[in-house]
Amino acid sequence: MVKVIYRDRQWTVKPGSTVRHIIEAAGLNPESVLAVRDGKLINDATVTRDGDTIKLVAVVSGGV
Amino acid sequence: MKCTRCGGVAVIQMRQHRLQLCEQDFIEWFTAMTRRTVDEFRMFTVTDPVLVAVSGGKDSLGLWDVLLRLGYEAEGVYIHLGIDEGLAYSDRSLEMCRAFVAQHQPQARLHVVDLGQQYGQTIPQLARTKTRGRGKACALCGLVKRHIMNRVARERGVAAIATGHNLDDEVAVLMQNTLHWQTGYLARQAPVLEEQDGLARKVKPLVRFYERETAAYTLIRGIDYIYDECPFARGSTTNRYKEVLNELERHSPGTKQQFYLQFLRARESGRIAFGEAERVRLQPCRRCGQPTTAGDLCAFCRLWE
Ligand code: SF4
Ligand SMILES: [Zn+2]
Ligand SMILES: [Zn+2]
Repeated sequence: MVKVIYRDRQWTVKPGSTVRHIIEAAGLNPESVLAVRDGKLINDATVTRDGDTIKLVAVVSGGV
Repeated sequence: MKCTRCGGVAVIQMRQHRLQLCEQDFIEWFTAMTRRTVDEFRMFTVTDPVLVAVSGGKDSLGLWDVLLRLGYEAEGVYIHLGIDEGLAYSDRSLEMCRAFVAQHQPQARLHVVDLGQQYGQTIPQLARTKTRGRGKACALCGLVKRHIMNRVARERGVAAIATGHNLDDEVAVLMQNTLHWQTGYLARQAPVLEEQDGLARKVKPLVRFYERETAAYTLIRGIDYIYDECPFARGSTTNRYKEVLNELERHSPGTKQQFYLQFLRARESGRIAFGEAERVRLQPCRRCGQPTTAGDLCAFCRLWE
């Protein structure tokens, strides 16, 4: 399975789908998140593999 | 997905630029683009000292980092606003700035101004005592930051104050000003605000980047930043505009960039023009000497009355 982390939420999805698909399925906009795997940025077209942990990072900044 | 430049593995796709880049080429692209923006808008030169307003967030730390890497004389200034709200927000933000210097730019100079210690009241305290209520913390905070930044800029004798505003920040403001036909603001919103009657020059070297790109830059560079929003920013109108714009962007890549850059071009070329509001004459404040329209004391000094 693939573990997905976003803010304080965590869930799992089946391997084999793209990062973009995971983002959209979670109801998020691919324009406003970045995906990180093993501490490295990965592009939206990356196909996830069994055992991956994907961290989604919201890009909208807070106050100054 | 392959890097447009080297054929390696792309880590980010930027559809508005028809570009997808690997880590190394992205950092090079980002750095060169920053340089280009600084030059194009004549923000400052390599020999001009600049003051970077750092908040501990991704944009300002990324900005400071890229300017130093480009060889600019960039000093940082952090204003500790005393925002705690059970999250130690200001303390943690300052910690991020210090850690950035220690880990990435040990030669860099960071000035810290502590509002509570140096002026006697923090932003939350001011927001309460000035009876403007919690919702108005940001108006107050904006005023305080502007004043202190300006003071430090004058003391340091810098050519400009550089802030980390990205294209998403600017385009959200543009949309807001357009929807309300705030022609005065539309006339002035720009990557460079020239010095005026003792108000320091202000520049925004990251205005060409989407927020997603400044986040990618700090991530790839391994810069830790404060990820949480300021507790007072929640549900801010700017964030709502950003969401709407990103929704448009998702379906038509380049929307945000077009809206903002074409606005600048159209105004520059005179295709759109806003009758400049009559310029108010600014007078020096009796106490601090900073320019004010109020006459006698400026809004900042009146806070402490
Ligand atoms: S969100 Fe408001 S209170 Fe928080 S730092 Fe920004 S302006 Fe200040
Ligand atoms: Zn490459
Ligand atoms: Zn004053």
